[in-house]
Amino acid sequence: MSGVSPDLLALQVFAGLALGAVYVLLATGMSLIFGMLTVVNFAHGAFYMLGAYLGLLALDATGNFWAALVLAPLGAAAIGMVAERTLIRRLYGRGIDYPLLLTFGLAYILVELVRIAFGTQGLPFDTPDALAGAVDIGVGYFPLYRLFVIAVTILVLGALWLFLERTPYGLIIRAGARDPEIVRVLGIDVARVWLVVFGLGTGIAGLAGLLAAPLQGASPEMGNSILAEAFVVTVVGGMGSLLGAVAAGLLVGLVVSMTALVAPEMEQVAIFALMALVLLVRPQGFFGRAGLMS
Amino acid sequence: MRRDAWIARLTPHRAALASLFLLVFPLFMPFKAIAVNILIQGLFALGFNLLYGYLGLLSFGHAALLGGGAYACGIVIVRFGMPWWIGIASGTLAGMLVAAAIGALAIRTRGIYFAMVTLALAQCLYFVAYQAVDWTGGENGLRGVNVAGISLLGVHLDIVRPLVRYYFVAAFVIAALFVLSRILASPFGAAMEAIRENETRARACGYDIAASRWLAFVLSGGFCGLAGALQAIHLGIVPVETLYYTTSGLAVMMTLLGGMGTFFGPFIGAGVFLLLEEVVSLWTVHWQLLVGAVFVACVLFFPRGLWGTLLAGHAR
Amino acid sequence: MAESFTPPIRLTRRHLLGASLTGIVLSRPAIPRAQESPIRIGFPVPLTGPYATEAQDQVRCAQLAVDEFNASGGLNGRRAELLARDDKLNPGEAATRTLELIEKDKVDFIVGSLSASVQLAVNNVARQRNVIYNSISQSDQIDALPDWSRTTFHEAMTPHMTAGAVGRYAFGKYGKRVVFLSADYAYGAEMVAGFKAAGAPLGIEVLAELKHPLGTTDFSTLMPRIAALKPDILCLCNFGRDQQIAVKQATDFGLKRTTRIVIPVILYTARLAAGPQAYEGVVGGTSYYWGIESSVPSAKAFNDRYRHAYDGKVPSDYGALGYAGVRAVLAGAARAGTTATDKVVAALEGMKYDFYKGAETYRACDHQAVQSLFIVESKSKDMSGPADVFSVLATDPANEASLLSCSAEGHAS
Repeated sequence: MSGVSPDLLALQVFAGLALGAVYVLLATGMSLIFGMLTVVNFAHGAFYMLGAYLGLLALDATGNFWAALVLAPLGAAAIGMVAERTLIRRLYGRGIDYPLLLTFGLAYILVELVRIAFGTQGLPFDTPDALAGAVDIGVGYFPLYRLFVIAVTILVLGALWLFLERTPYGLIIRAGARDPEIVRVLGIDVARVWLVVFGLGTGIAGLAGLLAAPLQGASPEMGNSILAEAFVVTVVGGMGSLLGAVAAGLLVGLVVSMTALVAPEMEQVAIFALMALVLLVRPQGFFGRAGLMS
Repeated sequence: MRRDAWIARLTPHRAALASLFLLVFPLFMPFKAIAVNILIQGLFALGFNLLYGYLGLLSFGHAALLGGGAYACGIVIVRFGMPWWIGIASGTLAGMLVAAAIGALAIRTRGIYFAMVTLALAQCLYFVAYQAVDWTGGENGLRGVNVAGISLLGVHLDIVRPLVRYYFVAAFVIAALFVLSRILASPFGAAMEAIRENETRARACGYDIAASRWLAFVLSGGFCGLAGALQAIHLGIVPVETLYYTTSGLAVMMTLLGGMGTFFGPFIGAGVFLLLEEVVSLWTVHWQLLVGAVFVACVLFFPRGLWGTLLAGHAR
Repeated sequence: MAESFTPPIRLTRRHLLGASLTGIVLSRPAIPRAQESPIRIGFPVPLTGPYATEAQDQVRCAQLAVDEFNASGGLNGRRAELLARDDKLNPGEAATRTLELIEKDKVDFIVGSLSASVQLAVNNVARQRNVIYNSISQSDQIDALPDWSRTTFHEAMTPHMTAGAVGRYAFGKYGKRVVFLSADYAYGAEMVAGFKAAGAPLGIEVLAELKHPLGTTDFSTLMPRIAALKPDILCLCNFGRDQQIAVKQATDFGLKRTTRIVIPVILYTARLAAGPQAYEGVVGGTSYYWGIESSVPSAKAFNDRYRHAYDGKVPSDYGALGYAGVRAVLAGAARAGTTATDKVVAALEGMKYDFYKGAETYRACDHQAVQSLFIVESKSKDMSGPADVFSVLATDPANEASLLSCSAEGHAS
């Protein structure tokens, strides 16, 4: 075993950030949906997986990765909005258990539909030519595509922040998350806000799935394991807190990459150990509101 | 109101009625192994329901209690060559001990955070079992929990025979049903109900909320540990998947499907879920589609669960 | 997009019932009543989940073996019947399915499984009930005590055999400085042990031994470290999607510039799913590749029957094991003239056969199939069609010396 050089450490940090970027995107969508609708979305992993397959479809139809980058999240958002309107909407105000069970069932359905449509084996998803290969980032070679994933995540988070903080619609969403009654009294159509938020959350999940597809290919099960990890990130950051989702996503990415240096077989349990530790010290997560959902 | 009157009259005899049902149940089953699975999973869901249905605490770490019981029973039999009854006693005790430890850490959190702390601690236990290959068999699982014959009061029971195995397991499950009924009818049962209905008022009435929660968790662990021990003997193996979080998810799903907070709902939930899987998976490899659809339909049309809806007499 | 090479399978109860009914109707009335019941073979495989593609091909191949047996007249007119069941890749589920097959369906033999933990679970149930079980997935432990029993047979290769053959080829050819990256479970550990056993006499230098959790979807945290070590060979001791993703990401990190990627079991199906780009230049072992038909007559015959039955497609490696596993127990029953467990076990012990890949035999002490292994390299150009994915580099012949010794497995030799 060779020692750990500073260059290798720097590369590990980059690997952790790229990994964290996907977590951040998933947790942001999940937190948005939870904060606004108090729905613990068990189908979030399925929407992530849908993003990858919709990306394949878009790639097949247009032959253009950049078109897929736009179309796949829009497709996932559209499916999410249909699910919200037809299924999830009927459960608002019935506590967290029922939406949780419903989205669990929905995830089963979506995964199985993809198996029927695209087969059980999974499909290859090649890295787009313009982003293929590794580049020298000063400390060593790093895949260009992973740098691209970090960049897209930063752009999406920036756009989301502008949308929530600087547009009237964002204002309504933030107000709705805090007190839906008041928002309704003000004569605002809360139902439409819910629809938009669910679409936004699932759309971002779809984007994360599309971004992950060139890293690991597309498979029907790809959303299952990452769902648990996304939950951990959401909870550690504090349910409903977007800032928390970003901070916790990056932290979990770094914890995983640093664990990999010492004992890679502990990567997965490290995530859960981190969650147990955080919640025992600070039961509401980093930025969660105390007493929420108690 | 007639229905409510009937239910009220029958409630004191619920354990006896449930037991009667379990005694004739295998006659209607396609094969006995699945009937035994339903007994065991039903007992597991029943243990989970004690905490969730009667106290309102949603745990996502119950796999640790089932798995703890299964491994304790399996290890005692395989590694130490102990007789079956020590295995079952060890399993039940291990379930309670794991519950006591997880409960002590987790009861200070609430709601979704309680679910996540229990999930995280259970995952840590999964990892420990995964790595402790010499004791647990690791990912390969613990094999050789083979209890062939049982001598009881001079009678020899060959539990390799399917029906004998069913009634052997059923005897323990029925005993557990009577214990649960007793717990629910006790002052502690009343305390649990008071806490679930209104925590502030219960505290004002002098109930020690934290202690009650912890005790309920430990009792729940006893039921789940027993279920785990019975599963180890029934299947002859302890798969490491028993400790995985999907097992916890199964308890939640079966309980909600059957009806949370109902006495017999968990068994109905376990039965419907396992039979549905059984029948549909023979018919098509896409059985998960139907399972998902049933969950969605249940949530939308039977929010009290199947048994709960039947008891209430109407569907929302 | 990868060409989907599998026709969808539907296992209907009616189909299974229908098969058993025809079995009864077609048997000649002269045969005593007890003989009329078909020979039933329980076949638990993971029809759903990550290995569904492989498992469904196993069912297709197994059905082919049953159809051939029946077409050739069965066992004195007694027909065979395949009862495929979904074990969901879960040992508990597999144990339940096996109980069902034995207790309700009264099967004569069990063949199947596609993971070490599942086959050990199936074996545990079957041995306690004195039913012959022929395993068709890799494990060292199933051949060894205390898991092995007289009714246990192992048609698949073992990690020791596979890694040994691949190691002997690769260490001599590509270099001696090796990094192991293995999935953290028995399969990974057994493969690493097999490579090391083969490499020790060749003087290999192990630079690092890394383990990753089963089901890992991202290996980016391990690649910089492996790249920094600049090994001659990276041995990827993992399976299924873990393997596909690891190969792809090793390629992304540019590892192939300095390092040869070597895989003990290179799956035909995984290569189809991951595409030629990711697997380019990867070398691995396989128990079967349809392309050996140019030099192995039984492979040609098997491929042709499969092509005829399934729209001109070719069988996969793990699928072919389903064929061999089922055909072996049926051949054993034919030799014994009965399905009685003890007689069939005796008939199978030391049986020599060539079903699809050249000569094989079940070693007497542990019932392990002694067989050849093929070293292949993944193709990325000059492919004649979508199924033309490997070129065969070498054949490691069937040789008992490639197996773990009987005494090492705890058997009296």
